[in-house]
Amino acid sequence: MAKLSREASHEVRFRLNGRNVTAQAPARMLLTDLLRHVLGETGTHVGCEHGVCGACTVQLDGEPVRACLMLAAQAEGADIRTVEGLELAPGALSPLQAAFREHFALQCGFCTAGILMSLDALLERAPDASEETIREHLSGHLCRCTGYTPIVKAALAAQAQLKEEAANA
Amino acid sequence: MKPAPFDFVRADSLGEALEALHEAGDEARVIAGGQSLVPMLNMRLARPSVLVDVMRIRELCRIEERKGQIVVGAAVKQVELERWSPLAALLPLVASALPWVGHAQTRSRGTVCGSLAHADPSAELPLALLALGGEVHLRNRRKKRVLPASAFFMGMMATAVEPGEMIEAVAFPSHPMGTGTAFNEVARRHGDFAIVACAAIARADGTNRLAVGGVADTPQAIELPDPADDGFEDALNEFAWSLGARDDLHASARYRRDLVRSLGRQTVEEAIAWRS
Repeated sequence: MAKLSREASHEVRFRLNGRNVTAQAPARMLLTDLLRHVLGETGTHVGCEHGVCGACTVQLDGEPVRACLMLAAQAEGADIRTVEGLELAPGALSPLQAAFREHFALQCGFCTAGILMSLDALLERAPDASEETIREHLSGHLCRCTGYTPIVKAALAAQAQLKEEAANA
Repeated sequence: MKPAPFDFVRADSLGEALEALHEAGDEARVIAGGQSLVPMLNMRLARPSVLVDVMRIRELCRIEERKGQIVVGAAVKQVELERWSPLAALLPLVASALPWVGHAQTRSRGTVCGSLAHADPSAELPLALLALGGEVHLRNRRKKRVLPASAFFMGMMATAVEPGEMIEAVAFPSHPMGTGTAFNEVARRHGDFAIVACAAIARADGTNRLAVGGVADTPQAIELPDPADDGFEDALNEFAWSLGARDDLHASARYRRDLVRSLGRQTVEEAIAWRS
């Protein structure tokens, strides 16, 4: 059993985008704030802070989760992936990211990181996900610029490319 | 929009969790997936001084079939139940309700028991539990007790859980042969709070049970005859009025009553069609 008192900061250890991270966080700190303010990983955005908008979505052990609805202390021992971990190599966008650029699936970009993390997890788990399933997963995100249609197009294009790559591999 | 300060206890066993809850009394809250509690903390609608995290307690991570019941431990995530392969055969009503719970991005972390503990009037899992006549297993450091869903839900976001006590598991009666079930919901978008949600069970003997969420402070259920019978329409209408629907931002009371009548009938008819 671990008791983290409210007065002090406490050590949290987890994997972040493939590397081991140790950070200090007060008991009440949210994972979003640990990522952004303590670790300086500002790709994860913060919108509503009550789980509605989806901007802060990250992957926890491969599943998309709201970083604003998790305490940093709950991330102990977890494997976390954020938008910083998506690129294939420095400067080389993943097929999903490239499809977003190609299909104008973003404008202001505020919601984009969260949507990328959700769709990346979906395409990994369900490579044959239907357009309906993709739309259902998008219902967990708010985008005020695109009207969603270009995002669905980008997701379908990325899916087609990933399937082709898998077939040729 | 940040939580007020609290002490955080990460329990490794049920005993540790119950001891920590006992010590802190009504100042403590259990945190599991946090998908309902953390928004309340962020908005400071809840200000517990101690949080007891139960997600690492192994014995609470199980889904078990026991004496005609499916028992789901307090640390089982909604997505884990959703992907549990016997679910559609053993609990078809829960299988059809789960995709309506929040979003994929919250079901990945939110627990089944956590949704019951939060007891939102429009939540799907409390509705399914009441429709099926399931039970909640509660425990403090000294004793266990089992409450039927009808006694567990006491009001809007209010349950029978006492200080020092926590939900250990929830038990859904498994699906009897020859029974049909159906679930329907009307919301502004998929994943939004239900304006009206209906769960129906059509039994082999021709009787039906309809439970409705999103209207009264807690989910409510009624026994109904066959939709072709004379009494069906009146009984359903009376039920719709009895729920005390109110006007709010999302829908008028009248629209909610209309939905109870139309969606209620449709859901019972679908349950009958599934009966085999």
